[in-house]
Amino acid sequence: MTAKARDAILRRLRNKQPGFDTPSQPVAIETPSWPMEARIAQFKSMLETVRAEVHVTAAAHWTETLKSVAEEKQISNLLYAKQGPLAQAIERAWGDTLLPKLVCEERPVDEWKEQIFFHIDAAVTSARAAIAETGSLILWPDAFEPRTWSLVPPVHFVVVDAEKLYNTFAEAVEAEQWAQQMPTNALLISGPSKSADIQQTLAYGVHGPTELIVILKTSS
Amino acid sequence: MQQRADFNHRVEQALGNAQLKASLRSAMDGLMASRKACFPDADALDALRLRGAQIRANALSKLPQLLQQLEQRCTENGIRVHWAESVDEANGIVLDIMRQHQAELLIKGKSMVSEEMDLNRFLESHGIECLESDLGEYILQLAGEPPSHIVAPAIHKTRQDIARLFKEKFPDIPYSDDVDTLTGNARGILRKKFYAARVGLSGVNFAVAESGTLCLVENEGNGRMCTTVPPVHIAVTGIEKVVEKLAHVPPLLKLLTRSATGQPITTYFNMISSPRKTGEKDGPKEVHLLLLDNGRSRIYEDSELVNTLRCIRCGACMNHCPIYTRIGGHAYGTTIPGPIGSILEPQKAGLDSLGELPVASTLCGACAEVCPVRIPIPRLLNRLRYERIRSDRDGASHGQGSGRTVKEAAIWQAWSWLHRSPRRYRLAMALATRLCKILPLGLGPWTRVRKPPRIAARTLHQRAREEGFNDR
Amino acid sequence: MPEQKRYPAKPKRVYFFATCLVDLLFPEAGLAGMQLIRREGVEVIFPQDQTCCGQPAWNSGYRDEAREVALQQLACFTEDHPIVVPSGSCAGMMRHHYPEMFAGSADQGRVEAFSSRVYELTEFLVHVLKIALQDLGEPVRVALHTSCSARREMGVAEEHEALLKQLSKVELMTQARKEECCGFGGTFAVKQPAISAEMVSDKANAIADTGADLLVSGDCGCLMNIGGHLDYRQASIDSRHIASFIWERTHATEG
Repeated sequence: MTAKARDAILRRLRNKQPGFDTPSQPVAIETPSWPMEARIAQFKSMLETVRAEVHVTAAAHWTETLKSVAEEKQISNLLYAKQGPLAQAIERAWGDTLLPKLVCEERPVDEWKEQIFFHIDAAVTSARAAIAETGSLILWPDAFEPRTWSLVPPVHFVVVDAEKLYNTFAEAVEAEQWAQQMPTNALLISGPSKSADIQQTLAYGVHGPTELIVILKTSS
Repeated sequence: MQQRADFNHRVEQALGNAQLKASLRSAMDGLMASRKACFPDADALDALRLRGAQIRANALSKLPQLLQQLEQRCTENGIRVHWAESVDEANGIVLDIMRQHQAELLIKGKSMVSEEMDLNRFLESHGIECLESDLGEYILQLAGEPPSHIVAPAIHKTRQDIARLFKEKFPDIPYSDDVDTLTGNARGILRKKFYAARVGLSGVNFAVAESGTLCLVENEGNGRMCTTVPPVHIAVTGIEKVVEKLAHVPPLLKLLTRSATGQPITTYFNMISSPRKTGEKDGPKEVHLLLLDNGRSRIYEDSELVNTLRCIRCGACMNHCPIYTRIGGHAYGTTIPGPIGSILEPQKAGLDSLGELPVASTLCGACAEVCPVRIPIPRLLNRLRYERIRSDRDGASHGQGSGRTVKEAAIWQAWSWLHRSPRRYRLAMALATRLCKILPLGLGPWTRVRKPPRIAARTLHQRAREEGFNDR
Repeated sequence: MPEQKRYPAKPKRVYFFATCLVDLLFPEAGLAGMQLIRREGVEVIFPQDQTCCGQPAWNSGYRDEAREVALQQLACFTEDHPIVVPSGSCAGMMRHHYPEMFAGSADQGRVEAFSSRVYELTEFLVHVLKIALQDLGEPVRVALHTSCSARREMGVAEEHEALLKQLSKVELMTQARKEECCGFGGTFAVKQPAISAEMVSDKANAIADTGADLLVSGDCGCLMNIGGHLDYRQASIDSRHIASFIWERTHATEG
């Protein structure tokens, strides 16, 4: 059925290609470009507008921020990736800290689905890069930091390097040549989950995390 | 004429509902203000809209090639691609997939194409439960209503309506009309469903041909849930949603979210290019892409009407439409309401069944002014009015000529006969100035809420001559 | 989207196109427009063979009938003078839709040349005649309703306001949602009377809320609609075409 439909649809489209005016040359769109300090300020302010927390921290001390915020929020367990890019620093920083308890899971999510759905308080993941204009984090989830980690637990900590802060989404797509190497899932996350479906009133934490806590690592 | 009676009946119902009027007005005012605040620089907005229009026009100009490229890339990436000419075929494909997996529950993200397919009713008639997971769509499913707006589906409901609905459907949960509590309750209920569902369904905002990528825009996370947690993901889309390059996505995304709700970006922008790869710990093992035609390829045939297909479904045209604001989405009786619905739906369903919609417009142009891809909506409304009454057989539109009546055609022929002859026209006008003293100007519906206009004692033609203005 | 417009230098002569509504219902508005132009030292020609721009038929889908009537207008504005129209709607029709109506036909070239000479009255007063107004009237509070075609097709909303702002004793009141359509829409008011009634009633409320004494508009369709509704309600707000209003306030009566 579908092959027949395919041929019929394509035939109709080819036979009756409408007489388009050739689309004119692409117009140049002015894109913002900020020096680093302003870029960070823009990034932070955009995220804070949608009730995300942003902590700008010296790269050497980011785990302290993670720890203190997690403690302050009385998070009882924190999921992290054992083989992910943040693991070493987290393990070193935690030492024998009891709370929040570090949890790592390397099994496919299906095998411990109940735990992540109903018993994990928070997860920490890295972000590949970020976007200043819209206050967005770019995540390419992988085998170490799966997709559900940034989605299912009520709190999501995300750690990103200020060096990777692009001005715009367009800049990131071009600079990293995304078209050549799209992953299974590329994500932009720009705040905690939200909805305004009930009488135009914003509510947070609909299906995804209620809290998004961003730790932006700077070199100074 | 039945369609006209139905439409007018729904319009009357809507206009008689004071609460609906108040909800719509405040919602539309809010959405218009948010959009405006998001585009502070008029020149930058013009440039961006032009870019958006070019990207969409470019994609349409290469549509058959891009669809094949999309199919090829998706297939290489492991996504299974299906084609459907009609809603029936599309529903059949979804049912087959459900049966292959012995799935009894389909959890759905927001998808207007699935509304177009009337998928829920179809699957339910085959014993499969469909569950809407977008908060607004979920509320409407509980209420047994279709969406009334493509972006904000439950915009016609107050929080008290919703609180009562929850109480009725879930008597065990204490009544609350607090938005956070209502949202929290929905989260709890739906979370268990995401956990259990074997198949998830989503729409597609943009399908990128060069990389075989499906892009989804959302705020709640339900779209990510549907496309991440169940082992099978089905994405349904119209064939027009394809764009050529990944680099075309950022400008369209910027236009879409800002035009729709005045957000610089939505919480999530989800780009899916393949099923779970070896070693990955989650994500669906099967991803299906269903490409639906359902009349789109016929719209494609006409070099003017094809511009209807540029639409990126932001809903800005309805937010800014004075008619939509008065009557709401349900009055249209179509999947897509508002100005874009009034050009799209009659072309799909036929002018014989929905020809009333293009007529129900003042052609004020507020829609075209805000359209992020510059669809000339009033011009296309005008074109469809012509298609609706034209008497020849040259047009492509389905139901062409169905609105033509002998009486109306005779009126316009007489009108032309009068106005194409200066002599007849002057005579008629001069006569009108005399007769107006005898005949009151009864204009039927016009005078229901208006005093009739007064015909002048002397026409401008006469006065211009008297005041010494030359004729040539 | 109004294109970037260029205006000619002040000409010796112009044509005036009355529009059929002005001709029969608001002739004083047409006369006022012609007098305003004449006062600036420009000769105004009023071809007696003009009738209607054809818009009612065009917007009803009766394209052949609209073309037949449009061609009649082309036949009586033959010289290369600007054509001034006291209506955003009819000017929009002649400037923007005529080229559409005749695209691909043998008449395309001459239609385009014709259309490029069409100006809405207020834009002509402001940009071509660079008119300077001296207000001789009593203080008055005025609400302006700019028609959708004046605003969006002709792009002359600012020109309407600029002229009223030149009048020193006129206080321009701004109503809520001033950009919103009044619900006239030609045959729409008769084909969808219920929606139209709702729209005009909302518009009249917004205008009444400003406390204005008078409603001014550059389009007779809107005046008939909103003004007719205000009269029906017996509201104490009068309505006037912008040309009549300006002429009355700037015209020194003899003696």
